[in-house]
Amino acid sequence: MADRVIYATYDDDETLKNSARKLVSGGVHISDVFSPFPVHGIDPIIGVKHTRLGIVAFMLGLTGLMLAVVGFKYIMIDDWPMNIGGKPNFSLMENFPAFVPISFEFTVLFAAHGMAIIYLLRNKTLPGMPADNPYPRTTDDRFVMEIRLSENHGLSASEIHSKIKETSVIEIEEKDYVVIK
Amino acid sequence: MEFQISSKAKKTIFGAIAVGLISVIIGVVVHIDDEQFKTRILSNLLIDGFYFFAIALGALFFLALQYATETGWSVAIKRVVEGVASYVYVGIAVLLALFAFLTLTKGGYTEVDGHHLGHIYSWMDPQIVEHDTIIANKAPFLTKPFFWVVTALYFAVYILFYRGFRKRSLQEDVEGGTKIHYKNYVKGALFLVLFGYFSSTSSWHWLMSIDAHWFSTLFGWYVFGGMWCTSMTTIMLVLLYLKKHGYLQQVNDSHIHDVGKWIFATSFLWSYLFFSQFMLYWYANIPEEVIYFDFRIENYKFTYWAMFMVNFIVPMVVLMSREAKRNTGILAVVCLIILLGHWTDVYMLITPGTMGEFGCIGFIEVGFLLLFAGVFTFFILNTLTKAPLMPKNHPYLDESKHHEI
Repeated sequence: MADRVIYATYDDDETLKNSARKLVSGGVHISDVFSPFPVHGIDPIIGVKHTRLGIVAFMLGLTGLMLAVVGFKYIMIDDWPMNIGGKPNFSLMENFPAFVPISFEFTVLFAAHGMAIIYLLRNKTLPGMPADNPYPRTTDDRFVMEIRLSENHGLSASEIHSKIKETSVIEIEEKDYVVIK
Repeated sequence: MEFQISSKAKKTIFGAIAVGLISVIIGVVVHIDDEQFKTRILSNLLIDGFYFFAIALGALFFLALQYATETGWSVAIKRVVEGVASYVYVGIAVLLALFAFLTLTKGGYTEVDGHHLGHIYSWMDPQIVEHDTIIANKAPFLTKPFFWVVTALYFAVYILFYRGFRKRSLQEDVEGGTKIHYKNYVKGALFLVLFGYFSSTSSWHWLMSIDAHWFSTLFGWYVFGGMWCTSMTTIMLVLLYLKKHGYLQQVNDSHIHDVGKWIFATSFLWSYLFFSQFMLYWYANIPEEVIYFDFRIENYKFTYWAMFMVNFIVPMVVLMSREAKRNTGILAVVCLIILLGHWTDVYMLITPGTMGEFGCIGFIEVGFLLLFAGVFTFFILNTLTKAPLMPKNHPYLDESKHHEI
């Protein structure tokens, strides 16, 4: 059987947070929330893990730094030592102060651009990709919870429905779960 | 009112002061016959006098910055910032006494075979200036009357603004409303403008003029970078201490995280300015300019580079992750390392210029550091006892209590 999903719609971020708290304490697992703007404090309620983008940034920065070191070591010291203003040019250490700015620039360039690109890739929101919000009004004034039945083994669909109805919900819809992308 | 200095804290502080005093006395007994003795004592007074004054001044700057930007999150830690800033009184008193002594003794020289040597401020000595056209040409700036007029102005402004901020902060607890908030906003912005000029020009007068022939336009910012970093570090240590003893319950991990970010950022600011200054002189390689760095690298190689590496790499590597900025143990250790590192930075700003190649860190240096640190800590904690640790009625207080990042 295909996975079924329940979409519960709310009209206010505070109501959404309170309802989410209620549902989670009732044992419901909320897979995702769609909202017109970032709702502060919703992540810990529905149990979203903290982003790992920082680790990615660190690794990208390190990549940029190493590339810069390899680059200027080969280009400016090994392959063709360049005499600029009489600076020592036969060893990396003696000439290192001159290369600090470029090391810094490469680190920042790689970390910043890499982070932006990986963020877009991971979220599948590169320009031109189809939108995956189930409900177009979440880009306007509605807040929607996505509750997949496959992630709520302990509860039946009707139980979840009744639990949602206890909150100040506006609209409930159950349908087959379609992976948009 | 709610916070009391515990008897254990008092014992530790007075213990540190006593150990410092004994250490200074041992140093004095051992070194009293040295030719550099007088210079060494005066240098130490300037190092520790300036170092701790700068911490307080940085906190005052941070307070003004929070007011001028109408920042919400920092309201809960406001009293701690005020407490650290309150040391400006003692800092100013120490510096005033030292400057007065140096002015009266023509820069604090020692006479050796009829020569005047070991000045703190050689430009205060007419015998030196007479034969030194470089200093003579800096006349209106490097003269005693000008020095005193601007120094008095700086100190007056710092005290005036500190008193104003503190008074309005306590007044707000009683009155509430937004009138005081907007007044603080205006005064904070005004202080930032004045401080922008004063932080540079005062460091030229008080520190850069030790090496009277040399100058750097980045010097003021460099000193300011270190000042800001040590202030944030001190604020963090006081916060950790108070939280450990059960005060400031409403200061949560997010506040600590944010102060940690400031430490991280200001350490970078300082390192960036250190390197910017160094690289420009290294690249230009003009003898009369580069001598400043040459001298330090030749005579204080280890201290100089170790100081830079510690102040740059330790905060960068250790405080990079989110978890580290929320971990009391890691923060406390890093903060102490940074404070010692930046003390060494101030040491390196002053000692090579005054003591030449004879500078070293011994009983006298450690003793004075402990002595000043004890007085500094006691003064800060004493200010904290005088008002409730959590402000009331600040317009952003509620926002700060719910700070979450």
